[in-house]
Amino acid sequence: MRRKDAHPARTAWLIVAGLVVFMLVLAGCGSSSDSSTGGSDNELQKLGKGEGELNLISWAGYVEEEWTKPFEQESGCTVNDKVAGTSDEMVDLMKTGQYDGVSASGNATARLVAANEVDPVNVSLVPNYKTIFSDLKDQPYNTFDGVHYGIPHGRGANLLMWNSNSVKPAPTSWDVMFDPTMAAKYKGQISQYDDSMSIAEAAVYLKFHQPDLEIENPYELNEEQFDAAVNLLKEQQPNVGEYWSDAAKQIQAFGSGDNEVGTTWQYQYFALQEEGVPVAASPASQGFLPKEGATGWSDTWMISSKAKHPNCMYMWMNYIVSPKANAEVAEYFGEAPAQSLACDKTANKNFCTEYHADNPAFWKRVYYWETPLAECGNGEDDCMDYNDWVKAWTSIKG
Amino acid sequence: MTAEAVVSKRPAGRRLAGLFYGRPRLQVGALLVAPGAWLVVLYLGSLALLLITAFWTVDPLSGEVVKGLSAENFEALVNEPVYRDIVWRTVRTAILVTLTDAVIAFPIAFYMAKVASSRGKAILLVAVLMPLWSSYLVKVLSWRTMLSQDGVINWVLEPFGLHGPGYGLTAVWLVMSYLWLPYMILPIYAGLERIPDSLISASEDLGASPFTTFRRVILPLAFPAVVAGSIFTFSLTLGDFITVRLVSNSQFIGTVIASSITNDLPFAAALALVPIVVMIAYLAVARKLGAFEHV
Amino acid sequence: MRLSRKAQALLRLVVGLGMAFIYIPLIVIGIYAFNSSKILKWPPPGLTLDWFSKAFESESARESLLTSIEAGVVATAIALLLGTLAAIAVARHRFFGRETVSFLVILPIALPGIVTGVALSNTFTQVLGIPLSLLTVIVGHATFCIVVIYNNVVARLRRTSGSFEEASADLGATTWQTFRLVTFPSMKTALAAGALLAFALSFDEIIVTTFTIGAGEETLPIWIFRNLFRPKELPIVDAVAVIVIVISIIPVYLAHRLSREEGGGVAGKGGGGRVEAEATAIP
Repeated sequence: MRRKDAHPARTAWLIVAGLVVFMLVLAGCGSSSDSSTGGSDNELQKLGKGEGELNLISWAGYVEEEWTKPFEQESGCTVNDKVAGTSDEMVDLMKTGQYDGVSASGNATARLVAANEVDPVNVSLVPNYKTIFSDLKDQPYNTFDGVHYGIPHGRGANLLMWNSNSVKPAPTSWDVMFDPTMAAKYKGQISQYDDSMSIAEAAVYLKFHQPDLEIENPYELNEEQFDAAVNLLKEQQPNVGEYWSDAAKQIQAFGSGDNEVGTTWQYQYFALQEEGVPVAASPASQGFLPKEGATGWSDTWMISSKAKHPNCMYMWMNYIVSPKANAEVAEYFGEAPAQSLACDKTANKNFCTEYHADNPAFWKRVYYWETPLAECGNGEDDCMDYNDWVKAWTSIKG
Repeated sequence: MTAEAVVSKRPAGRRLAGLFYGRPRLQVGALLVAPGAWLVVLYLGSLALLLITAFWTVDPLSGEVVKGLSAENFEALVNEPVYRDIVWRTVRTAILVTLTDAVIAFPIAFYMAKVASSRGKAILLVAVLMPLWSSYLVKVLSWRTMLSQDGVINWVLEPFGLHGPGYGLTAVWLVMSYLWLPYMILPIYAGLERIPDSLISASEDLGASPFTTFRRVILPLAFPAVVAGSIFTFSLTLGDFITVRLVSNSQFIGTVIASSITNDLPFAAALALVPIVVMIAYLAVARKLGAFEHV
Repeated sequence: MRLSRKAQALLRLVVGLGMAFIYIPLIVIGIYAFNSSKILKWPPPGLTLDWFSKAFESESARESLLTSIEAGVVATAIALLLGTLAAIAVARHRFFGRETVSFLVILPIALPGIVTGVALSNTFTQVLGIPLSLLTVIVGHATFCIVVIYNNVVARLRRTSGSFEEASADLGATTWQTFRLVTFPSMKTALAAGALLAFALSFDEIIVTTFTIGAGEETLPIWIFRNLFRPKELPIVDAVAVIVIVISIIPVYLAHRLSREEGGGVAGKGGGGRVEAEATAIP
């Protein structure tokens, strides 16, 4: 009467099948995630008392004790910071709903807004916003349908960095990383950023070296331009030593000699110099840019739509673009401050000039990270969208 | 007192025991209801949900999961050659690691089970178990520093004009073989322990050389234990992404799942089905080879 | 087994090399814990005890240690309960689906951790709508700890005869009395050894934890992972790792003693270690 269960796997699969049906019903009937409407009605209208705590997501080097401690004392908001290495990570963390704000780059802002993860920012509650450089205000990456979604933090270009002892002569062009013959010289020692934004780096290179592709905006690429950029990166792949996303990991890799040349941020460059590693980058006189220009980023502090400490977040947004704090973070990280009055407060009196903080013309050669969309500027819908970029990145890495 | 009154005044324990008496299926049911709920409803249910999620897609801009049925993810997995490369690379590494560990673990386990003195056995056992208690991350970090340009391995090999493997697939194979070794040693040890010494003596008495005894008596009897251990080495390699990220630049199934989960959950779910299918098949084969029978 | 002197020597050599292979990376990390420089160049320029004192002072390290212990204890407790129940059912009864139960129990540990992590995380956030937290971590850990307890208890129950329990019932004991006075004492050491191994697995677990932990919590492995590349923190991580290894000698020794106590009616030599070995083997 007791049948022996001779096929446990099969029985288990039957159970799974039953559960699949059950789950389908559950998931189908279950309410979809709260799709709250965006729009100005979600803006904070009045600034209240601080809630005592603030949970931030930021890039490495943006939230450091040096300027966080005074903020904590002033506002009573204890700051907890989570460092993320890519915009994808930031978007993912925001979706957990456990953070109050994020320092988002252009390839995250549009996505956060579309997913209703962030609320509009009432800039009248942020007094220091008035004196922010005007070419940072009302930009397509921080203002959507005329509504302000964040406070500009600062901007910078991605750097070409190399070990001055091993990479000679000093490169003036990205071809040391993208030209197949030149890159092969440093096989296994190239450090490329591990994010689909690298496709834009290749597009910037091709814009200069292959003008017949007619690339205008490295983030708006039709199929032909996109394939060219992807192929360039596929040719680079065998020479890449490490695809980095953790700034500290890249510091370690350059420090131990495992990587000799790569794309990086000023943050790592400064850290390596401090450790005495012989690194060099395109000099300030060149605007830190190789001849093709570079991709870059203009970051925006955004407030989560699920923020539990909105008052603290507003206080932080006002604080971080206050002249002194913005000067400190800009100098620490190595980026151009968003706050025009910060230029008087920097330790290096030439800082703002070196970093072209007040030079809109300069930033025309820096292509801020953007979210690639199918709708191109030319009115057509044939550009590759973000999903295409991400999928392509996986096949580039191989 | 009437008999009824006596019966109804029985303490709960007795009533429970009475309830179970003669109803073995009720006993089994009561025993299994809690673990069953946990494993079947929660765990298998989660796997079922994963299966469903694999048929969903994601909105390219907002990243929101779109709950319509679509085979898009599976099409991508099948059509894009890169995913075939990644799956094969992962499976290949898993096979290599398993073989390597089997080869290294067997002599150690054999020595522990059949050759060492009782004190030696105890010491070796503790020695093998200790690394299980040191953090996986720290072990990987140790290898990362050892393999780096300025690390121990290069430092040792340089005087001979040689060079360490550096980071890459070789490093992944090396580090994983290292990490999972105790998981192979212990089952093989248990399996060898179960071989009665009398069998071995009998083989020797019948005139077999040690090698023949090994080949024709010990190995076949220990083989199921090797298979049992291999389940761990194979499975752990198949899903790992941390080691792969720390000592190499390559993409394995685990790394692609971990990075896809942030912006394309359905795709990550679809890819996650691959190791599930592989392991179920592996477990079925392992069962046939006797890994699940002992004691 | 009779081996020639040459064969024995060769075997000893192989075992020695194997043990060296196992321990050299641990020793290297141990040395780095005393490294006076923050750069990971080998050989280290000098030695210092600084990192150990900094490790003791580090609040985040202490907090994550406590969180890990908390998660481990609760997960092990849940696993003890569920694993024992399942083991008793399988070892002491025959029923349809018995092999299925055996198969199901193994799945959480046979399937890669990333699958368990992704699946559970998906269920928590998408279907159940509960935020990730230490609780979800504990659920994840308990799921794969069940099999460890289960293995141990099943192995033990299979070795002891069920007739003792039947005799107890015949003598008038209730279900609970039988369990408390007959079954449980014979399982004690198996439970203890299993619990120790389950705790070890939970304590060191990183993959499932990564997917199921909330933003504000940290277990010790998560803390280590977060600090792996912070140049200022790395030597402290090494020091913490060394401390954990040293302290863990205690539970390993305990587990070993427990399995030795289980002498009794075990056939064949070497009861010691069998329990640990069986805990990682398949039922």
